[in-house]
Amino acid sequence: MRVVSLLAPSVAYLLVMFVFPFAYGVLLSLRPKGGGVSLANYVAFFLDPWQARTIWVTASIAVPNTLLTVLLALIVAYAMRGGIWLERTITTMLVLPIALGTVLVAEGINGFYGPKGWLNQALLSLGLAEPTRLTHNYTGVMLALFVQHFPFCFLMLLGYISGIDPALEASARVLGAGPWAVFRRVMWPLIAPGVAIAGALVFVMNFGVFPSAVLVGQPAGATRTIAIAAYQEAFEHYDMSMASAIAVVMGVCQLAGLAVILFLRRRMAGTGVATMGAGKR
Amino acid sequence: MRGRLWRLAVFLFVVGFVLNLAGVVGHVLVSSLARRWFATPLPGALTTEWYAYAWREFQLDQVLGVTLTVAATVTAAALVLGFPAAYLLARHDFRGKGPLLLLFFLPLLVPQMTYGIPLATTLYRYRIGGTVAGVIVANLVPMLPLAIFVLLPFVEQISVSLEWAARVHGATRLGVVRRVIVPLALPGLLTAGLLVLVNTVANFELTFLLSGAGSQTLVVALYYAVFAAGMRPIYSVDAMAVIYMAVVLAVLVLALRLVRPTQMVFRLDRRD
Repeated sequence: MRVVSLLAPSVAYLLVMFVFPFAYGVLLSLRPKGGGVSLANYVAFFLDPWQARTIWVTASIAVPNTLLTVLLALIVAYAMRGGIWLERTITTMLVLPIALGTVLVAEGINGFYGPKGWLNQALLSLGLAEPTRLTHNYTGVMLALFVQHFPFCFLMLLGYISGIDPALEASARVLGAGPWAVFRRVMWPLIAPGVAIAGALVFVMNFGVFPSAVLVGQPAGATRTIAIAAYQEAFEHYDMSMASAIAVVMGVCQLAGLAVILFLRRRMAGTGVATMGAGKR
Repeated sequence: MRGRLWRLAVFLFVVGFVLNLAGVVGHVLVSSLARRWFATPLPGALTTEWYAYAWREFQLDQVLGVTLTVAATVTAAALVLGFPAAYLLARHDFRGKGPLLLLFFLPLLVPQMTYGIPLATTLYRYRIGGTVAGVIVANLVPMLPLAIFVLLPFVEQISVSLEWAARVHGATRLGVVRRVIVPLALPGLLTAGLLVLVNTVANFELTFLLSGAGSQTLVVALYYAVFAAGMRPIYSVDAMAVIYMAVVLAVLVLALRLVRPTQMVFRLDRRD
């Protein structure tokens, strides 16, 4: 009885405000504007090239960005596993963009990387380059997402790698393994699950990109992501049914990405060598 | 030798990332203080008038009021609703705990844009959308689970025998909660509260989808200002961005003062 009374408020809240809207959204997406119950919204979405290509646009931002973010975060976190000079300061600096949030980072990127920004000024004065367009296009969105998600991914992986018993690495060293062998045969099998989780989270966040795609991107063209399409249906065309359908498509794409990452993770786990059975012969 | 080069490359990357951040934040800061700034390393003349301009033109007194109302209400509600749930999850095992944890996890995992649109649809239908209440109700969806998961380990640390001892000595059930559990869980409540506060102030998507005129928080107002760049001088938009930054950093500094970040990143003793 007590169990129910303590949990009831929060469970009820999430049922009413999370599960119910979700279910309502799915149902609503099956009831197109024209009336009746049908898949018309989904058909319309996939048959309209202007809408359907948002999936491709979003994936072409989310997939490379996730790979790059995870790879670089893994390298830096792995290099910092033994503690480094100014570690606390560097970690704090890296956390800053998480706290500042997407909108501020977007505005800063527009200025700093913009045609008249410090970066282009520096490149010009060094005679290195013609002023290149880095904002209000694909590159801008990639930059914004990277600045936003790299710290997040780095912190997750640092926590994960720091939790690995250093004695394992030390033993491998004593037994004559070089740095690469230590990484490949001892550390990687232990880190891989953490990398999969971090990658999954970054991918899901990348796929839902909205403010960066609008503010640093080209929301009417090259970076019109699926979240923008859903937003426009909901708040510009007031077609909530269609908007819900797009939100459902977006959710399914995110799930598909997660499934791929989990599949890869399982494949990789098969190649892990020196973890569990280490003591056995 | 190869190892040296490798470490150097990593170090240069980190320096590059930090410089890039300094540039991003620095540009906003300098621009907000510039009278005019056009393709020179630094503006010719400095002024603070854009702050007054931004405060007036973007109605920041009203926006800040909404932001603080929303953040304070969400924090209070997340703690009041979340603490009993965290207590129960920390103390008891029961059938269906797994699915329940999943229910609490999902709002943190699913991106806000994905569930925000159906949520906004529902709330607008019941005419809560577009109001301050709507913004609060929506923000509580991810913040309540956040509070629960932050509180969980703190409650687990409180020994059950303390509760039993208090009961044996005649404390009522309410007395145990008020005089034993809550005081001992205070660090956890503080941590959870501050994390929820920072996150609510900086949370964009749900607030954006649910707010109408008069119920925008600072981030959302900043988004519209950046979005409509060209309507007002960019320096005033940057001044607003600096005000936003100051608010977030103030809460963050307070949070880091009271909360030891080492509690979050756990590191084993180095034995080599």
